Amino acid sequence: MTAPLLEARGLTKWYGDRLGCRDVAFDIHEGEVLAIVGESGSGKSTLLSLLSGQLAPTSGSVAYRMRDGAIRDLVSLSEAERRFLFRTDWGFVHQDAAKGLRMGVSAGGNVGERLMAVGARHYGDIRAKAEDWLERVEIEVGRIDEKPTAYSGGMRQRLQIARNLVTAPRLVFMDEPTGGLDVSVQARLLDLLRRLVADMGLAVIVVTHDLAVARLLSDRIMVMRRGRVIEAGLTDRVLDDPREAYTQLLVSSILQP
Amino acid sequence: MNRIDPILRVEEVAKSFTMHLRGGLSIPVVEHVAFEVHAGECVVLGGPSGAGKSSILKMVWGNYGVDRGRIAVDGVSGVTDVATAAPREVLALRRSTMGYVSQFLRVVPRVATLDVVMEPALAQGLDPAEAKRRAEGLLSRLNVPERLWSLPPATFSGGEQQRVNIARGMIAEVRLLLLDEPTASLDAANRAAVVDLIEAKKAAGTALLGIFHDIDVRDRVATRIVDVTGFATRRDAA
Repeated sequence: MTAPLLEARGLTKWYGDRLGCRDVAFDIHEGEVLAIVGESGSGKSTLLSLLSGQLAPTSGSVAYRMRDGAIRDLVSLSEAERRFLFRTDWGFVHQDAAKGLRMGVSAGGNVGERLMAVGARHYGDIRAKAEDWLERVEIEVGRIDEKPTAYSGGMRQRLQIARNLVTAPRLVFMDEPTGGLDVSVQARLLDLLRRLVADMGLAVIVVTHDLAVARLLSDRIMVMRRGRVIEAGLTDRVLDDPREAYTQLLVSSILQP
Repeated sequence: MNRIDPILRVEEVAKSFTMHLRGGLSIPVVEHVAFEVHAGECVVLGGPSGAGKSSILKMVWGNYGVDRGRIAVDGVSGVTDVATAAPREVLALRRSTMGYVSQFLRVVPRVATLDVVMEPALAQGLDPAEAKRRAEGLLSRLNVPERLWSLPPATFSGGEQQRVNIARGMIAEVRLLLLDEPTASLDAANRAAVVDLIEAKKAAGTALLGIFHDIDVRDRVATRIVDVTGFATRRDAA
């Protein structure tokens, strides 16, 4: 069996004497979707920042298998190497699309920019690929020259996804990707994400506090509380047969429509 | 493969629930569960409601944890013990070897019925055109009107959703198919259609493990009945 795409071991982060997260360990392979769930302040976002190399851990390691097969510890990467990974092999979908998009640049430019960062130069090709991606995320191609400021929340989020996936990354981080959207818009986005993830064989690490989102998107769940992973396993096992007191509380607190 | 080996072998399995929200109350479900299911047979779990039939099925599928024992599934790439397997192994087994038909459909709200049904076949790598043909065939046999196929099943009646779910569960070719009351609340014509589908699976060499409350259906499909009251935890004996 091939090595995991990403392998976290003993990941710990202290902010002074306040704990961010502690002793987190897991593997993820291509094609797997891992959900990190827990309430605000449980350490989910800290963990996502550590995994994506945006924050240095106090201790522990994140090994990543590069496209050439070499396994590198993210901590040892130079800033330039890390930025290159972010431009090519990784995606990062923020809850707030304005963080992941350039709001002053057209939709086509937002998608094209990622392509140019990996060396695309031919205007016609870039434009064609941007059009193709807008279609894939269900944005009318006729709106390609508009800026994201003219888009609705759901459209912005879909544009952010197109911008992230256009370079065919292998690993995508998502931070509450459906948070703040209307329920009907959420459903459409979830459906779209599910299809793209399956078609492209992406590995996804998605942070969410919404267990329904975790159920629909993920294969596996890690439940975090006070900086620690208190329960992990198959998504339906964790949600249908939660073992830990806190997980039972989370599952029993879901509102049924 | 040795034809005598079972597809599913359950050995000494025990299960209880600990309800932390109720002061750590422990609710025993079953213990010493042991049975086998071979290719081409339909083993039916029998016993009154609450005896643990559904829990046993869920432990085999992997969405209930197992306290003790072994659940060996002879899959396409060797034997996997679901009781101890890593999530990745269970997922691989569900793609390649196991199918599950529950009473309730759980899907993404916006996906069309035909796509819902095709998904497990596509996940096994079946050609999309062939998957579509099979899905249409199953939906027809289960009397789901063609005008509904392009719509998401979320707004369908309970019975229609259930039949979509049966089609979804039956489409892939799997060695082991788990059936959790697939005929509950279906009318006679659709019950008969499901019985036919089950018979076809048996003839094709699939091992089936199911729960059927409908005695008529049970008698028609069951090769053997395993009475789960024999696995009840002896709460009173202590």
